[in-house]
Amino acid sequence: MTKFIELPVHSIAHSRAGDKGNVSNVSLIAYNKLGWENIKNNATENKILDIFNHLGATNVTRYELPKLKALNFVIENALGGGVNSSLRLDRHGKTLSSYLLYHLKLNISFDMLPEKSPYIAHFKKG
Amino acid sequence: MSKKVYIGCGAGFAGDRYDASIPIVNEFKNIKDSKYLMFEVLAERTLAIAQQFRIQDKSKGYSPYLDFYIEPILEDCLNHNIKIISNLGAANPIGAAKRIIEIAKNKKVRKPKIGVVLGDDILNYMDEDEILNSPTMEGLDIKHTKITAANVYLGAFPISDALSRDVDMVIVGRSVDSALALGPLIHEFKWKPDQLNLLSSGTICGHLLECGAQVTGAYFADPGFKDVPDLYDVGFPIAEFHENGEFYITKPKNTGGLVNKATVTEQLLYETHNPNQYIVPDVIADMSQLELIEYDNKVLVRGGIGHNKPNNLKATICSESGFMAEAEMSYAGPNAFLRAKLAIEVIEKRIQKIGLQGKTRFDIIGAGSVHFSSDEQSSYENNPDGDYRIRSAGFYVKKEDAEKFVSETYSLYCSGPSAGGGARTSITPESSTASILIDRKVIEPQVKIEIF
Repeated sequence: MTKFIELPVHSIAHSRAGDKGNVSNVSLIAYNKLGWENIKNNATENKILDIFNHLGATNVTRYELPKLKALNFVIENALGGGVNSSLRLDRHGKTLSSYLLYHLKLNISFDMLPEKSPYIAHFKKG
Repeated sequence: MSKKVYIGCGAGFAGDRYDASIPIVNEFKNIKDSKYLMFEVLAERTLAIAQQFRIQDKSKGYSPYLDFYIEPILEDCLNHNIKIISNLGAANPIGAAKRIIEIAKNKKVRKPKIGVVLGDDILNYMDEDEILNSPTMEGLDIKHTKITAANVYLGAFPISDALSRDVDMVIVGRSVDSALALGPLIHEFKWKPDQLNLLSSGTICGHLLECGAQVTGAYFADPGFKDVPDLYDVGFPIAEFHENGEFYITKPKNTGGLVNKATVTEQLLYETHNPNQYIVPDVIADMSQLELIEYDNKVLVRGGIGHNKPNNLKATICSESGFMAEAEMSYAGPNAFLRAKLAIEVIEKRIQKIGLQGKTRFDIIGAGSVHFSSDEQSSYENNPDGDYRIRSAGFYVKKEDAEKFVSETYSLYCSGPSAGGGARTSITPESSTASILIDRKVIEPQVKIEIF
């Protein structure tokens, strides 16, 4: 039986955030094929909208790039007005990639992790 | 052997490392094929600031960093036929060309022949009403504002036209960033406007290069999870572009950083919305069929698809808006979190009492400042004891109101909770921006090349 542990998506994917006006785009790129299957099936528009809700997000559109094992989320109104009118410290929303990597929790199996991942420790316990 | 073109990127934003292009230039010295060095230094709102400089002094208004980027490599570029392509022109591309000729004179090197692309500044040929009544794509309502800059994003064909005049470099104001790479490729491979897949591949190449080291391992490292060798010495990117539209992304030898599928994919999606429709003036690029093949610090990119160019071009309008007021104060040690909370309560009640109206925000740095504000429940752990720093931010139309706002944080020194220290305040003039769409038929006849 494969063992699954709920972990941040940080364990199986990486991300970068960009901005245009008050729209943020946050990518989610899997390290391997099993990780890709997991994010493709479970990182839904609704879940992402839920996570970004408190930052003001009103709509999320998801794009898939299977050849690159990547998703791209376009998140509307998540930047507090955008680079020229936001009162936030991080006006571009550059740190929102880390925000997604931490707050999206998925059921992870050992073989979704990249080699030498520090998350391997979670699978060695008990 | 099929033809190859090399393009390096020496800067990915205004303020990028001034010496980053030197390893690229050194690598290019041993390459016989055509070589280009691009510098991308113009963010969305940089132009509004540059316009202010030009209003104060007609000879200025080009990038204030021009000397820092050009001076160290000008001589080598001229001697080794490395052509510079840059948007260092900002609000005054002709001024930039003149300044570069002056730098050459001071360095006693030959006078460079410079092509300048003009026509992005729509205030020169559209009246303000026409601009204010154009359909707004995004951004604020601009109908009642005073415009400080209005520039349309030009494509790559004007850059290619300038290169066909046998110049050493091309200076532009506002163009799409990727055009700084696509322009040379159109010129070298003699692409026509209907060779959409090639234009798409060239655009994707430019998009990967335009943020400098963000494709070669910078803005990527996450220690233990995504390690990058010698990040402090990261090599800026070089593209080796082949006639068939395939290209490699790599970096100079003996530099730090990393080029692999992961670094390239992160940059590919950076500031991309629909990856099937990456819109630039010359083509709509489709990234969906891209294939990446990884070698040692080198990635082959192929499979760009192009669709017909858009009918409208995007322009960014900047207008004056007001002042951003920010102030910070630290609380540390036992019970620091509650003292920081109290400090914010004091400021909020004070600005209410003195009747200061405006949009405000409060953060506790160390507890939640970029992912959560002080009135939200953070999902990260917070200790009552610790090292916290409050940040107050407010937006005011009048500068004197911004000054009153920051003084309420500063005055915590004597009137706030116990043991606050390290106050800093700043007031920054702000401009707001909006994006509008303009029929390209209005723009295209206005685009001109001048040679200096």
